[in-house]
Amino acid sequence: MIDLGILGEIAIAAMLVLGGGFALVGSWGLVRLPSLMERLHGPTKATTLGLGGILIGSMLFFQLEQGTWTVHELLISLFLFITAPIAANLVAKVHIHALRARHTPTVPGPAGAPPPPPSGADWATHEAPHPGTPASTSEN
Amino acid sequence: MRRLIPHPGLSVLLVATWMMMLNSLTFGGLFVGIIIGILLPIFTAPFWPGRPDVNFRAGIAYFVLVVWDIIVANFQVAAIILFKRNRDLRPAWLVIPMELDTPEAITVFAGTISLTPGTVSTDVSACGKFLLVHALDAADPDAEIARIKARYETRLKRVFA
Repeated sequence: MIDLGILGEIAIAAMLVLGGGFALVGSWGLVRLPSLMERLHGPTKATTLGLGGILIGSMLFFQLEQGTWTVHELLISLFLFITAPIAANLVAKVHIHALRARHTPTVPGPAGAPPPPPSGADWATHEAPHPGTPASTSEN
Repeated sequence: MRRLIPHPGLSVLLVATWMMMLNSLTFGGLFVGIIIGILLPIFTAPFWPGRPDVNFRAGIAYFVLVVWDIIVANFQVAAIILFKRNRDLRPAWLVIPMELDTPEAITVFAGTISLTPGTVSTDVSACGKFLLVHALDAADPDAEIARIKARYETRLKRVFA
């Protein structure tokens, strides 16, 4: 373990710095991007690798320094992959709802207001999903 | 057998998740995990009335592709945040027509879009045929739509065959 020690520490430190760097860039994106929809891109992506790097660093630490296996980090990243898109989706849905309702502090970003779907139906935020389509949540 | 384990994939996933949470391989832990893996799918059955058949090999290949794309996406979005000025940014709404026709496939598709390069899925149309997606930097929205459809949707059609 002695000769591996310094290499292991370098690898762990590198993963921690990489992860921390990406988390920082994601947060900086929240500050400087022009409007809400653009700001959503920071936390859904840059932060995923930020946390991923820190978790890999944690796995390496337990493996190389303590000599034990740990898989909790894989679980954390799995739950993150499942929840991050849903959180972003809910924020985005509230945003287009507020745009439609003309809430005064809510203004469309540089991309403008979202276009309606070409099929004649509206988005599911504004109109109940049609029964019998995949957007519907019950089988009737 | 079909009635005892109505959803074998979910049962295996639950047992694997349980063992990972325990962080150790013991017989007692495995026993409790198997009980959970059998009971939970039975009790949650009303929530997934019509489930599609999943091609697990195509699913694993898709998962590897998405993980790779997430890593690439992180570098691309980080570069945009750090080096691109706001007035050079070309955010756009994309309306993606979908050929996927099960709620499960559409959910995975929307989640993939949210996790990969510069796109966040916002809403599905009430008829279930279109997906509203916001792109952070799309100079050519039509090319972006074609890329997403070719890269993810064609593969997902094979997973949820």
